Amino acid sequence: MAVLAQEPVINQTHADVTRDVVATLGKPSTGYVLLFFGAVGLFLVGALTLLILIKDGLGHAGYQPPVFWSVYITTFVFWIGIGHAGTLISAILYLFRSPWRTAVYRSTEVMTVFAVMTAALFPIIHIGRQWLFYWLLPYPNQRYLWPNFKSPLLWDVCAITTYFTVSATFLVYGLVPDVAAVRDRVGGWRKLVYKFASAGWSGTNNQWRHYSRAYLYLAALATPLVLSVHSVVSWDFASALVPGWHGTIFAPYFVAGAIYSGIGMVLTLVIPLRRALKLEHMITEYHFDNLAKLTLLTGSILFYAYGMEYFISWYSGNTFEQTTFWRRAFGPYWWAGWSMIICNAFVSQLFWFRKIRVNPTALFVISIFINIGMWFERFVIIVSSLQNDYLPWAWDQLNPTWADWGILAGSFGWFGMWFMLFARTFPIVAIQEIKEMIPLPRKRGAH
Amino acid sequence: MAGRPRIVPGVLASFEQIDAATDAIKALRAGGHKDLVVYCSHPNHELEEALETPVSPVRLFTLIGGLTGVTAATGMTVWMNLDWPTLVGGKAIAAIPAFVAIMFELTVLIGALASVVGVIFLVMLGTRRGIMYDPRFSDDRIGVFVPAAADGALALERLFRDAGAVEVRHAAA
Repeated sequence: MAVLAQEPVINQTHADVTRDVVATLGKPSTGYVLLFFGAVGLFLVGALTLLILIKDGLGHAGYQPPVFWSVYITTFVFWIGIGHAGTLISAILYLFRSPWRTAVYRSTEVMTVFAVMTAALFPIIHIGRQWLFYWLLPYPNQRYLWPNFKSPLLWDVCAITTYFTVSATFLVYGLVPDVAAVRDRVGGWRKLVYKFASAGWSGTNNQWRHYSRAYLYLAALATPLVLSVHSVVSWDFASALVPGWHGTIFAPYFVAGAIYSGIGMVLTLVIPLRRALKLEHMITEYHFDNLAKLTLLTGSILFYAYGMEYFISWYSGNTFEQTTFWRRAFGPYWWAGWSMIICNAFVSQLFWFRKIRVNPTALFVISIFINIGMWFERFVIIVSSLQNDYLPWAWDQLNPTWADWGILAGSFGWFGMWFMLFARTFPIVAIQEIKEMIPLPRKRGAH
Repeated sequence: MAGRPRIVPGVLASFEQIDAATDAIKALRAGGHKDLVVYCSHPNHELEEALETPVSPVRLFTLIGGLTGVTAATGMTVWMNLDWPTLVGGKAIAAIPAFVAIMFELTVLIGALASVVGVIFLVMLGTRRGIMYDPRFSDDRIGVFVPAAADGALALERLFRDAGAVEVRHAAA
């Protein structure tokens, strides 16, 4: 019988928790400064590339018939997916009362908000005339027409704006009591800033009464969002009659992949962060063990989904489906197809071993493979299906250009820059939720 | 101009032990002091039980927000399609199944935002200004404030000390 990881005995007092988390907002280390400016540098690469695209047009990107959805839409789906683990950990595991979420949920929520913020840039970059992005919104216009609400692309606009707004609200809402704790520990101009941000929070019984109840409802509302947003993203593909896309498995397959990639990114961020901010005693192997188990579960679902896609394409007897999947494995993008299968389906199976699940170095390396694998999954789905169009004479390969890679690098810089700024400005570990786990002292001894 | 709020006269006790704080709260409530302000750095069920806290009415805001969202989404999608009727994919003009995603998203969006607005409203409604506070309440102390006139303050201080308060302060108007 499998032995479940036990919650660590927290030897800290409430005062220790406040002190240690507030200490993360002190003077930044050299490593932090280097990483931050590295992220800013990458962001500038992306910003410069975008300026050139705005000036000259999308011709610089590798767009050519028949592949018009390529690296930008691949990266869009990648970043949307990253966000999902954050909401899973912050909302779904809250409803399930999983104690292990407390130490990592704030960083995953932050990751969600910034990942969705990053993803939201891509449809705008992709449309070419970025200054007309507001045509997607239902507003009265001089031609008296409205957006087509029967299109999954419009569902996507609603899903992503809702997801971003609700995630950001959930994050800010959860931060208020912690910001009040920081306000009470710092001085000078910082105190004024945190005083403003804490919105008069003092932790009274009246405040907690309404706050806790609404937090529960926010979690309950955010939970179906985890399942719906990537389902809607998958329908952008599944509702099209394109071989390799037109599958009923797409929604659960995309949701599992999104959570898998999100946990990969959580590990990539949290492992160096806990060291940089000296939080090793709070984010322990107990948390890594549980994160790795979740990765194993979602990775195994992906394994099944990949297998089922190939099986159904063969079993359907449909030549076009069969050819598409044959080409994914042995066609011109075989390297991308196999990268996806190896990084996602096979690498995740290493988490059957506890020694790997609790080893931060191994987890970090595997998390990089997960990030790469999940980016390639979207690349394979999008590009390999589009390159063989209905007109064989139009078949062509996509060759990503410097403009594609520049924007991709810029997105990592944009995301990293915001994440690191947040980690230095606000508590990256939820003070009040950690305190809830630590029993308060008693005059009559433990009960 | 509002200016600084007037200080509410009363007694503020500080506790390090949770059962000491709940003993004091129970004794105060038994003595007729129902208007207590209890500070804690995190939500605590023992304090809620001692205070016999009723369930927050914020759920009404969530419900009304969610219903507003689904109604607005249904109205918007149906009306916009009837206003500019175009046949798409062989679907009906007002194709409700195709609009379910929009209805769901707006239910969640407005439900969530209404919940937060509800909390802000209810907290503001139930907050008395000018009550003593100690920064240690956001750290490791539990605070209990009871409004009282000067003549009853000493009895309250004795009650707090007997329960196990580590510090008692008086606020005068």
